Amino acid sequence: MRGLILRDIDDLVIGSFGIVAFISFFVGGVVTIQTALNINNPLIPQYLVGFATRQSVILEFAPTFISIIMAGKVGSFITSSIGTMRVTEQIDALEVMGINSINYLVFPKTIALLLYPFLISIAMFLGVLGGMAACYYGGFTSVSDYIWGVQLDFIPFHLVYAFVKTFVFAFLLATIPSYHGYFMKGGALEVGKASTTAFVWTSVAIILSNYIITQLILS
Amino acid sequence: MIVVENLYKSFESAEVLKGISTTFEKGKTNLIIGQSGSGKTVFLKCLLGLFPYESGSISYNGKIYNDLSQSEQRKLRSKIGMVFQGGALFDSMTIGENVKFPLRMFSKKNNSEMEDRVHAVLKRVKLEDAYKKFPSEASGGMQKRVAIARAIVNNPSFLFCDEPNSGLDPKTAIVIDNLIQEITSEFNITTVINSHDMNSVMEIGQKIVFLKDGHKAWEGSNENIFKTDNEAVTNFVYSSELFRKVRRMYNEGL
Repeated sequence: MRGLILRDIDDLVIGSFGIVAFISFFVGGVVTIQTALNINNPLIPQYLVGFATRQSVILEFAPTFISIIMAGKVGSFITSSIGTMRVTEQIDALEVMGINSINYLVFPKTIALLLYPFLISIAMFLGVLGGMAACYYGGFTSVSDYIWGVQLDFIPFHLVYAFVKTFVFAFLLATIPSYHGYFMKGGALEVGKASTTAFVWTSVAIILSNYIITQLILS
Repeated sequence: MIVVENLYKSFESAEVLKGISTTFEKGKTNLIIGQSGSGKTVFLKCLLGLFPYESGSISYNGKIYNDLSQSEQRKLRSKIGMVFQGGALFDSMTIGENVKFPLRMFSKKNNSEMEDRVHAVLKRVKLEDAYKKFPSEASGGMQKRVAIARAIVNNPSFLFCDEPNSGLDPKTAIVIDNLIQEITSEFNITTVINSHDMNSVMEIGQKIVFLKDGHKAWEGSNENIFKTDNEAVTNFVYSSELFRKVRRMYNEGL
């Protein structure tokens, strides 16, 4: 079981590092540019750009929108790999051997995705860093103002909120695609359909749970 | 020995198995044959515990499967080896790891003992050099032999094979048939094979159960299947031009 968990950590978490880093860095930069370009009033301080980027990235972009992207990447990987095992009778083979196939296939993925918040914390850092890079190379505001804004009125509880929902999303990312893969019927075409369905339902579940958690924790 | 009594299985309104009773004997290759849609695969999956059935009973060496607790059922299943139609080898593992898998799950052997056992079984199926290959690198016949190796590695009491010859050329099919028969007598296990290949029937059919529309239409051995006057069996057996020709030649004394 330890080997399976390590393999799933590699496939699901470490294997997603590149795309998460790339998207976070550039979207952080875009958030900074958009914010800077929309501040026309000279009475609004320039450090607000850093403040707005930090809040956007930590509260919503990193936990929620990266999770939606991961529903596509990790979710379809989980559904298609388990679905293919169903189609090719590998799950039946496990059952015939007397192995609890749900435990064997889904449990390691759920445990592996407990490390998902680590990925989200990197996304948060790189998002803010991407904003700073945009300021430095684009000249939208000074880097010192940006850093000042990033540090301004920081509420540590916002990180608690972000990581609470990240854990919930990690659970959804492991279980919903596994369900669609495990209980699929048919052949190769149905594996593709199950992957699409899993992505849709995982995204819906993430958006709805995001709303509920935000209402419960922040309001 | 596996004893099946009055087995019924249906899917929604469609009744697939209609009161099948038979016995699969130890140390023999028992074949379930019949046309497509006759209920062979459903029957095999009921025997394996993959499909629940409505009524009747299946007993393994005197123990009725449905009367066993869940942990006893899992323990019994660890004594079952299964060769699936497509092999059902785990893609992410090498051939050696595939064969080792049941040992890792159920055996109390240490790693070197497991390795020795895997190499011995791979040698038995003439695949000693394939340990590090992945299933995708193996031919259809090799995959079937790996599946057989995986099925027998944990010294099973029961071996099930779902159409072990499908997709194989006649020569490789005979190799697989002979291998299954040798293993059955060598380890004295109860082997049940689901097939519609008449060559397998002739080669290894020590006990044959013929299904038609969910009923057991006939049972016997490969020695008397060609002598029976059961219409369902003769229609099935002589549906091939080759067998019709052989019968004509036999009748004409050639």
